[in-house]
Amino acid sequence: MNNALKQPQTIVVLGGTSEIGRAIAHELLSPSTRAVVLACRNPEGVDTTPFQQAGVDVSVVAFDAADTVTHQQFVDDLAKNVGDIDVAIAAFGVLGSQDEFDANPAAAVAAATTNYTGAVSICLTLAARMRAQRHGHIVVLSSVAGERARASNFVYGSTKAGVDAFAQGLGDSLAGTGVRVTVVRPGFVHSRMTEGLAAAPFATQPEVVAALTVKGMRAGRHTVWAPGILRYVFMTLRHVPRPIFRRLPLG
Amino acid sequence: MAGCELAGWGNNGASWGELVIAGERGLPAAILGAGERGVIMRGLGRSYGDPAQNSGGRTVRLQSDPASITIDSMIDSVNDTNEQATVTCGAGVSVDELLNVIVPQGYFVPVTAGTRFITIGGAIASDIHGKNHHQDGSFGNHVRDIELMLADGSIVHVGPDEQPGNDHELFWATVGGMGLTGAMVAATFSVIPIESSLMSVETRRIDDLDELMARMAASDDDVRYSVAWIDLLAKGSKLGRGVLTNGEHAGADQLTSKHASRPLAYSEKVLATLPPLVPSPGVINRLSVAAFNEMWFRKAPRERHDELQTIAAYFHPLDMVGRWNRVYGRHGLLQYQFVVPYGAEDTLRRVMERINSAALPSFLTVLKRFGPGNAAPLSFPTAGWTLAIDVPAAHPQLPAVLVQLDSMVLEAGGRHYLAKDFHTNPEAIRRGYPRLAEWQAVQRRVDPFHRWASDQSRRLELVGSNPNAQLENR
Repeated sequence: MNNALKQPQTIVVLGGTSEIGRAIAHELLSPSTRAVVLACRNPEGVDTTPFQQAGVDVSVVAFDAADTVTHQQFVDDLAKNVGDIDVAIAAFGVLGSQDEFDANPAAAVAAATTNYTGAVSICLTLAARMRAQRHGHIVVLSSVAGERARASNFVYGSTKAGVDAFAQGLGDSLAGTGVRVTVVRPGFVHSRMTEGLAAAPFATQPEVVAALTVKGMRAGRHTVWAPGILRYVFMTLRHVPRPIFRRLPLG
Repeated sequence: MAGCELAGWGNNGASWGELVIAGERGLPAAILGAGERGVIMRGLGRSYGDPAQNSGGRTVRLQSDPASITIDSMIDSVNDTNEQATVTCGAGVSVDELLNVIVPQGYFVPVTAGTRFITIGGAIASDIHGKNHHQDGSFGNHVRDIELMLADGSIVHVGPDEQPGNDHELFWATVGGMGLTGAMVAATFSVIPIESSLMSVETRRIDDLDELMARMAASDDDVRYSVAWIDLLAKGSKLGRGVLTNGEHAGADQLTSKHASRPLAYSEKVLATLPPLVPSPGVINRLSVAAFNEMWFRKAPRERHDELQTIAAYFHPLDMVGRWNRVYGRHGLLQYQFVVPYGAEDTLRRVMERINSAALPSFLTVLKRFGPGNAAPLSFPTAGWTLAIDVPAAHPQLPAVLVQLDSMVLEAGGRHYLAKDFHTNPEAIRRGYPRLAEWQAVQRRVDPFHRWASDQSRRLELVGSNPNAQLENR
């Protein structure tokens, strides 16, 4: 349960190696935290030290977003091991490269399965659980790449567009149940995922995304842009005609 | 998915669940019909935090007929000046309803909180204390019998004394037990005789904390009711300046001619109810509270004796404004109340200094001396100083300050009040209540299948850790 300071007791990071997901979990840590679960495709060697503090049970568990048939069991086990799930952060995802996807459509299907199908499956499974608890908060990592697909990464962008639409609808469907969904739309974030890529305008850090996300969660926002200015940037970009949009130097 | 959203008096941390309003006859069905997330009783929702709500489960409000109030008075045959009167009533009866019946007949509740809009069941479940704790103890000290509905729907009567046929352990687990041992149906408790419905009040304005505390300690034995309001925003040597009010029930001979004809007249109304129109950050901030504190301090006389005040003005001043908690706006308030043992005055002072340095705008800071505690393992009061502050829950410094205050309080051997807590963790409760395990053993005995559950019981792991895993073992 959250306390009056809106501090959760149990935090689950789906995609437990995601720097943004971990940064959000870290930002949520408080003396009220009882359990942090890092759910990763490959649980070996995952660093738990940032979450170690007195009274917190940090665990690393196996979770494969693409293996959707395992999701029900995964959520059942969570509930058994940590009790009520207060916050779940869906932070998994693969960026891939458009060149690779063009050469090997199967890789694009795998990315779409993880990023979109996996998110649909685990979020619906978690939502059912949280509906029974009648409280809980699902944080879904979308991306500004989903706001408008770009030629340079349109497979990734389209998966995030799907996730974003799904999460918005999920949030609305849960209105009045006590369960909330916050959609986070970061811009370019310096992390392992984007290592070696040229930074886009308004590039930011995982910690900044995390701070904005937690502030938004506590204020009851359904959408968080990180940094905030991107909301206005994309409000404009959305209306730029395609022939101009595809010539813009957006990385 | 139907249901409703319930919150405590702090007006935050609401959760969704099913609310069932039942009379005494409907109570067994209301209890037994709860699903796997259990059930908790709720009185008038005056606990500040989350003990009377149950996310995803059921919350039951027992409606007791005020006509169920009966007064039983007998003169002690050995010492005929010592009148022993008791009241029996439904647990859903409010203190407000009770006072309307018993004051005109010359009786007063043994203990009253700062509001009369609480139920008798709630008073026992939180083992409430009042301004007379140093003399009379908490509410549980005065309860003779509790009629309790257990998790299986059966009814037991329990009393405080260790004697054959009486489950006194269950009685003391229910006193202060936050509703987790059963649903109280009715209770019998002693009441005190009064000659008038007025209070004789002595007010004294004191410029600094040391003198205030010294005076409070010195007057313990002499007065029945005593409490100090203090100013925690005042800087420097003024920190902790306060207004000490001591009171007694006024005797018939103390009344003026105006009151003498109807000494036991009692009729209290809520003057106005605050609408839900307060701007979202609320109107409680450092400036407004500093201004209020200055006014409150200056308005108090340097020293005044034998002032007559009504019961409501003396005990329940905030009840004159309905829903006063709305002044805190949409994020609500957090009330922080702790007790530290005598000898830990230094800790008390450091806590006050920390609140002062963070400029937490505490609107109603109350300092009080407790007498010894009772036999209930989860009863809050214990010999020492108790301080209660009210602060806006969204104050940006609050999380960091509370971490520091909690560790100071716990290191000094103090504890937090469950009826108000909405921020600590299971560890803080384990440390503050060393007899928690003893209480849990009784709780498990009467509720092996975890029917009783509240948001607070989950948050603080009061009935043990991870109730979901325990459900599997049903």
